[in-house]
Amino acid sequence: MVLAAAVPPRLEAMDAQLLEAVQGGLPICSRPYAAVAQVLGITEEEVIRRIANLQQSGIIKRWGVVVRHHELGFTANAMVVWDIPDTQVQTLGAQMGAFPCVTLCYRRPRRLPEWPYNLFCMIHGKERHHVLQSIATIIATLGLDAVDYKVLFSGRRFKQRGAHYQLTPVAENRAPAATASTPLHAVVTHG
Amino acid sequence: MAETALLDAADKALINRLQEGFPISSHPFAESGRELGLSEDDLLNRLKRLQENGLMTRFGPLYHAERLGGGLSLCAMAVPEDRFNEITELVNSYPEVAHNYERDHLLNMWFVLATEAPQRIAEVVQEITQRSGITVRNMPKIEEFFVGLKFTL
Repeated sequence: MVLAAAVPPRLEAMDAQLLEAVQGGLPICSRPYAAVAQVLGITEEEVIRRIANLQQSGIIKRWGVVVRHHELGFTANAMVVWDIPDTQVQTLGAQMGAFPCVTLCYRRPRRLPEWPYNLFCMIHGKERHHVLQSIATIIATLGLDAVDYKVLFSGRRFKQRGAHYQLTPVAENRAPAATASTPLHAVVTHG
Repeated sequence: MAETALLDAADKALINRLQEGFPISSHPFAESGRELGLSEDDLLNRLKRLQENGLMTRFGPLYHAERLGGGLSLCAMAVPEDRFNEITELVNSYPEVAHNYERDHLLNMWFVLATEAPQRIAEVVQEITQRSGITVRNMPKIEEFFVGLKFTL
């Protein structure tokens, strides 16, 4: 099986420091990038340039308000899983991701015999019946009436820890001495 | 929702808009404020309040785990009801377990593993399987489809 991100990343040491410095959020002040720059001992322009580059390369997926959806009232949370023929999963995955109610959409491996589902999407709503209505809309719009699917609402939440990234450039012997970039150790979660 | 009842139309507009992105420029809050029809000070004060009220986790980044070199996977187990507490304790004892939810299916325990090194995923899966006697189903993503990832108020 080929995973999407098989290539180990190489980041400049200053990028790693920057990612670590802003992971908990930007200071909420008039010139937040200047404030970060001061901590790192670089210029505001450099912070702006590096963050823009990290966003463009996809290492920073999103940049803005990260809400607590549960506290905002989105308490009905369903993982909807579908058994889609392999030849159609890419097209349908992209179409499903385009629905505003879908907050995550992944293709994952089946685990037969008990788990035939290969497309997973998360749907959040304020009430369970809204979520079920959204699912009905997806089925009708994409013509999925014949597709086997399951709706797994979440029950008890046993653990949810906040995001924490520990970005430490790893030992020199693993990085070619001739380059200024280093692979990173990352401890990552998403909430 | 007690917290959301405190939000006025401007709060909701800024939450909706600033989930989509934020300027990377010298005076980003002034820039966003202009678009939202708010002064820089007003926007800053509203954001500070949202943070104090716990409606916003942070103002900043979501990172792409795999592009940072880490391992990430979704795992599931079929846990008998009478062993639920014991298995929850075992699974949660691993610092690599980021979140763990009960879901209504035969596979009833679902957790996300986030590891420093990609190869650690398989080790944790094997360890939990051995220690619990219950097979951990490891379902790493094969492909991620683009989503807006936005909660509209």
